[in-house]
Parts: sequence; C-alpha cells; structure tokens
Amino acid sequence: MTEKEKSLTAEELTFRVQRYEPTRDEKSHLQEFVIPFTKGMTVLDGLNYIKEKIDNTLAFRTSCRMGICGSCGMLINGLPKLACHTPVEELGKDVVEIKSLPNYGIIKDLIPDLIPLFESHKAIKPYILRSDSEEMEEPTAEYTQSPQELEEYLQFSYCVKCGICLAACPTSATDVLFLGPQSLAQAYRYCADSRDEGVRERTAIVDSGHGVWLCHLAGACSEACPKGVDPALAIQLLKRTVLAQTLRLRKKKEPSLVAPPPAEEKPKLPVPEFTAKR
Amino acid sequence: MNVAEVKKKPLKNYLGIWGWVWAGRYNVERYLYTLQRVTGLGIILYGILHLTANGMRISGEGLWEDTMSLFENPVFAVGEYLVIAAFLIHALNGLRLILQQLGYTLGAPKPPIYPYSHALQRRRPIVLAMGALGAILLLLILIDFVV
Repeated sequence: MTEKEKSLTAEELTFRVQRYEPTRDEKSHLQEFVIPFTKGMTVLDGLNYIKEKIDNTLAFRTSCRMGICGSCGMLINGLPKLACHTPVEELGKDVVEIKSLPNYGIIKDLIPDLIPLFESHKAIKPYILRSDSEEMEEPTAEYTQSPQELEEYLQFSYCVKCGICLAACPTSATDVLFLGPQSLAQAYRYCADSRDEGVRERTAIVDSGHGVWLCHLAGACSEACPKGVDPALAIQLLKRTVLAQTLRLRKKKEPSLVAPPPAEEKPKLPVPEFTAKR
Repeated sequence: MNVAEVKKKPLKNYLGIWGWVWAGRYNVERYLYTLQRVTGLGIILYGILHLTANGMRISGEGLWEDTMSLFENPVFAVGEYLVIAAFLIHALNGLRLILQQLGYTLGAPKPPIYPYSHALQRRRPIVLAMGALGAILLLLILIDFVV
C-alpha cells in the first residue's frame, strides 16, 4: 500500500501549525493538533475544525473557501498553496505542516503581513491610464476591444492577490524591496491592454533597481499560482515591452476608441401569440 | 492588550539564501536559477585566481615555474574540470535565459483552464535539450581529461 493510499484510510490527521503571538512570543513555534479525517476535507476544513473545537485562539485568514478571494494562502507541507484549494488526500500524508507564507512578515499565527504586496501593487498603477482624462472622468461609452486584444492580457487578469507567488519567488526571498511577481505581472496586464496608454509611466516604475530586471526566471511563481495566471510569462513579456520602450523600438499603437453610439435599433419581432404567456 | 503591543512589527519570515538552495519540490527552473548564480560566482573566483596566477609571470620565470608546478596535482585537475563544467552550464543556461527573458520561445498567454499549465512547463523540452547537450559535452570533456 502506498503512502497516499494509507492516508485515504487514516482516521486521524496531525496538523502541525505555526503559532506566533506577537504580544508574548519572540519567535514562532509549531503546535500539534490531532483532528478527525473526513473524506474530501481540505486543509482549510481542518483549520476550521481546530478553531471551532480545539483552540479558538488560532488565527488565520479565510473567506470564500472556494479559491476566489485569495485569503487563505499558506505554506502547506513546504509549498505555498491556498488552504481551501488543497484537499488533504492530495498531500498524501496524514501529517500536515502548515506555516505562514514565507517572504512576508508574520502578524499572528498563519496571518502574513501582506501590506508590502499591496503597496507594490498600488505602485505600478493597476488601472487604465489614458490621455483623454475627460472621457475617463465622465465616460460617454465603453472603449472598444476585440477578442484578440482581450486575450493579450486576459490570463493575467485572474490574479486574486493571494501573495503566493512572492512566497515562491527566490528573488523575493532575499530582496525585501523587489516589486515581486504579482505587481510586475499586473504591470504587464495593464501595459498589454489595448485601452491603456501607460507603458511609459509604468516603465519608469518597473525599470528600476528592484524592478523587472531582478526577475531571473526561476518560474516558481507560475508553478505555485493557484489561479493559473503565469506571472513568469507576464514578467518576461514586460521585459520585452520595457526594453522596446527604452530603446524607442515600440510600435506606436493608437489606444482603443470610445465605442460609437449604437445604431438605431430595429423594431423587435412581435412574440407569436401561441408562445405568449396568458 | 494595549495598542502599542498590537502594533508590534510583524515577525520577519524571509527564506533568504536558504530559499535559493532548497524551498520545496519546485520544478527544475527554480534550481537552475541557483545553479546559474553558483556557477557565475565560481567563474568569477576562477577569473581572480587565473589573473593572480598569470600575474606571477611578471615577477620572473622562477616564481612562474613554481606557481605552475603547484597546479600540477589531481586536486587542481578536478578543479579545472569543474570550472569548465561551470562555464558550460552557465553559458547554455544563459542562452536559454536571454531568449526566454525577452519573451521569446515562451509562446503567447493562454486562458487559464484547469488543470493549469504555465509557459515554462510547456517549454520544458528546451531545458531538457539543453541539459542533454550539456551532459554530452561534459562527458566528452571528461574523456578528454582522463585519456
């Protein structure tokens, strides 16, 4: 019987959880909890069990429990994952070690300090930048965009800001000031948007000592990303954009235009009598 | 619990250099990242030794001969082979990095449909081909060293 099969029949699981109480502890330690195993349970289910039935002082972030909010990023058996998206059976062990995401400070127990992530995200101006500020303030209609133009950046717009990519990134492990895969990928997401005119502005931000060139393509961010965003690809494409912008080789492209007013609507066909509800 | 205590700075939790060495079962590219740095540092170290040793020639033939005889032992032969290996790995991986870091060979973005794949994973044959070429060249050089 393999270890994975054994875990399927295990009745109990051991959760080794990192604990850190800022008002009391100087450093963190691991605490063991033994919990019952139920088929299909996720790591988050286990943590909720501990919080509800064993120790209500355990602190962790959680919200949607379905991989949408990005709150429950944790280091699970040595790899950063979303706790709600990690079935215990998939880990193949009945001992699960859960720690706070590395490369961030720890506020308490399993709660990482994500402020640096959000600050970097804000720094790259994650919104459409346009020269027609009047239209941006008082929009008359949407900007047009073809399905092909949408596909240029769509993959990168699925980011849930869980911070897992920074926990996986070896550059973030040693450079606290590195912008990080999340914000760099988002910089490309906006630069590649046909409605945007902010490449020059964002180049000035990411083409810095702790910016895009510090990414040396370890690819761990893309491997760890729970949403399939592929930040490593976005960052490499951003490098190309930044280089072309700096060397003035970038083809000048007009940004998307405002959608024309809709043509006069054709009168709708009358609903046949026999389908109309009485 | 007072406010000052709650506002205590978060506990530092960076993986640091250890994170380069080992950070879990990641794919080969993450560890090539480390290997690229280690081989780079090795080549710099060799460069310094090489220039220092060759610099001895200025101080006369006697000192030069003495320095050269110092290098005629198996430890330095192994060292020399390691330098060539480091150079080869650094050069081959470097070529891949130059191409991929400018977005070439990685392909276009794809909609994330489960099970997710990423560009480096889809282009893994490039790394494997590079590894195979490096291994063949290292073997040939080893045969040349031994014979």
